[in-house]
Amino acid sequence: MDFSDINFSLLIASLIVAATPILLAALGELVAEKSGVLNLGVEGMMIFGAISGFIITIETKNPWLGFLCSSIGGMLLASIFAVVTQIFRANQVASGLALTLFGLGLSALLGQSYTGIKPVAFPDMHIPILADIPVIGIILFQHDFIVYFSIFVVFLIYYLFRNSHFGLIIKAVGENHDSAHALGYNVILIRFFTILLGGALAGLGGGYLSLVRVPQWTEGMTAGAGWIALALVVFASWQPFRLLIGAYIFGGITLLQLNLQALGLEINVALLSMSPYLVTIGVLVFMSARRNKNSLEAPKSLGKTFFGL
Amino acid sequence: MSDKGTILKIKDISKEYPSVKANDSVSLDLEYGKIQALLGENGAGKSTLVKIIYGLVKPDSGRMYLNDMEYRPKGPQDARSKGVGMVFQHFSLFDALSVFENIALGLDNILEKKELKKQIIDVSSEYGLSISLDKIVGNLSAGERQRIEIIRCLLLNPKIMIMDEPTSVLTPGEVSDLFLVLQKLSKSGMSILYISHKLEEIRTICTKATIMRRGRVVKNCDPQKISATKIAEEMVGTSFSSPKKSKIRKGKECLQINNLSFQPSDPFGIPIKNLNLKLHHGEIIGIGGVAGNGQEEFLSLLSGELKPSNGSLFFNDEDITKYNVVERRNKGLLSAPEERLGHAAVPAMSLTENCLITAEHRMKLSKRGLIDYRISKNLSDRIIKKLDVRTGGSDALARSLSGGNLQKFVIGRELIQNPKIFIVNQPTWGVDAAAASSIRQQILDLAKEGAGIIVISQDLDELLEISDVFCALVGGQLSSPEMTNELNPSRLGMLISNSIE
Repeated sequence: MDFSDINFSLLIASLIVAATPILLAALGELVAEKSGVLNLGVEGMMIFGAISGFIITIETKNPWLGFLCSSIGGMLLASIFAVVTQIFRANQVASGLALTLFGLGLSALLGQSYTGIKPVAFPDMHIPILADIPVIGIILFQHDFIVYFSIFVVFLIYYLFRNSHFGLIIKAVGENHDSAHALGYNVILIRFFTILLGGALAGLGGGYLSLVRVPQWTEGMTAGAGWIALALVVFASWQPFRLLIGAYIFGGITLLQLNLQALGLEINVALLSMSPYLVTIGVLVFMSARRNKNSLEAPKSLGKTFFGL
Repeated sequence: MSDKGTILKIKDISKEYPSVKANDSVSLDLEYGKIQALLGENGAGKSTLVKIIYGLVKPDSGRMYLNDMEYRPKGPQDARSKGVGMVFQHFSLFDALSVFENIALGLDNILEKKELKKQIIDVSSEYGLSISLDKIVGNLSAGERQRIEIIRCLLLNPKIMIMDEPTSVLTPGEVSDLFLVLQKLSKSGMSILYISHKLEEIRTICTKATIMRRGRVVKNCDPQKISATKIAEEMVGTSFSSPKKSKIRKGKECLQINNLSFQPSDPFGIPIKNLNLKLHHGEIIGIGGVAGNGQEEFLSLLSGELKPSNGSLFFNDEDITKYNVVERRNKGLLSAPEERLGHAAVPAMSLTENCLITAEHRMKLSKRGLIDYRISKNLSDRIIKKLDVRTGGSDALARSLSGGNLQKFVIGRELIQNPKIFIVNQPTWGVDAAAASSIRQQILDLAKEGAGIIVISQDLDELLEISDVFCALVGGQLSSPEMTNELNPSRLGMLISNSIE
């Protein structure tokens, strides 16, 4: 067996690509959960975003428009969830599961005639000078716009919750919606916003999957990525940078084990396939083991329905 | 204190809820620079009235005038902008956020961090409200939390401050600190509407009181000029007597606590150190001390929820150290913890179901593993009647009851089971005067029938009133028992403030 068959700088570059859909979806869910909304519909919003973006790209030959529409698609699905849970006060867990099933079914229906087509390629950005640095250039500076955008969102959300007043309000709503209401904040409006934002990011992640990562349309192509994103949020204890690390580890191990399988390593394939899940969870648990209690806990109102006073 | 007349005039406010008329044409005048009391039993309509003033609830009819201008707040933000601030009974704070973040959330205009920090420090030093900004609120004491609420309120420069039962969770020291702050505020011209059912407090700091009963204003008076008993009678509508203590007839020893120790795994828990105590039939032992000195742990060790790391417990010469909660209950050792929602009672279950939780075996509410709902309902109806619990019935959910009424229910639930030993933490917390006196009377009656009772409380007057023997629990250590009737205030103070030599 020969490990030199694996090109590590290419591997790292492609792990970033593999992780981006999950990262985007998880970031959206993080914001929603911070405001106290548990949306289990991530998988559904992702795949609906994937097909919306794919169809628009095929029809218009413009991947930028495709990405825009995958966000809008995710938001559309999220808005159903928002109306049902925030206005009609339905149970969030049940509504989220329904949303996933609905998204999977609807996208399969819409995508029937789009199977096997290849979309217009989405160009990589070749960042001048930096991209030509050996190794690092390939790893970091030859990606497409969405990859950089997802990293930008990590920073943005970090700033949102650390320094901004708006982020503080979102946290307050998620911690104790009754207190936030008593202080005069509009709990439902804020949650509407975070749910839609979550949908937009999940949809964008889905679009990235069908337009860049694969790139083609297959029924059920998210294959559990939405669930991984959900789990990552919890294991990253609602912190954007840990989410980034978690998503990249997951992406990395996924690719590495595929490479190892290709090399014909004498480990059971089933073991290799489960390794990304185990390693990611292991690392995140390890990272959170030594932190103090308060920084780890879930938002206290997570998943609870707000009834007003 | 300048007397410039009325700042807030409330005229004929009414508010009806599906089951109850919470406010029935209530009128009230709040004067400039005064600390004015709003008194009433649980469910008299005080909280509703206050929520209307603060814009959280819209009245069905009636008008309010602020400085002679019509005042109709659209919501709390609107009320705050017009100079009405409020400090809540159950603090509206966010446990996971820092002190600074909590204060920032309560403000309507967004300020630069530095500027806001400066303002907070100014206000806190002006009124002697010391606070450290970076601490996480979840780890703070009730007094510190209240300080945050007050600072948050003061930063908005209110003309009126509403305080909803501000002292119900405070230690005596914290209460006197709070009174100093309130007096300073009223001197500087602020009007304070002070809600409470602790009569002595109101007599200390308020110069005008409005008494409410069943949604109506029944009397306006100067509480410093009439007696506490008179006020209490107005509140409940009938006269009531304070409980009578009969002579101690100490029986045989029923509970022996030997070298009980406990090491908590929770870093904020209080270790219990080498606790020794003997309880006799017919005796009431009062355990005094400031909250957070091991009261919760002590009760849990006796009830069986916590296992001691060392020491033993004997019940009528039988070693019960290894018995769990149910086994101890079956023996006749019953307990009622302090936290009523979530510990003593399950919020989302009906009163009958809550009754089943502790009384199932002792009162034989089930047969061969099947619950007999008829008997259970019967029992909870009896509890409701015996303690005058104000509720829609035994099918009402525990969380739908007001704090005081639920407290009556959870205490009554244990009392009705004829305990041989009864351990209770804060039996009358948040309960109005009449109900508190009835609970105390029932505890005394229970002792008279021969039960041994341990009452843990932060209300020293309560302990002096009903207990035969007094101990102080300080830092997880118990002072040696002293006869209650031989105690004087200075000795009490010494015991509570620490100092086991």
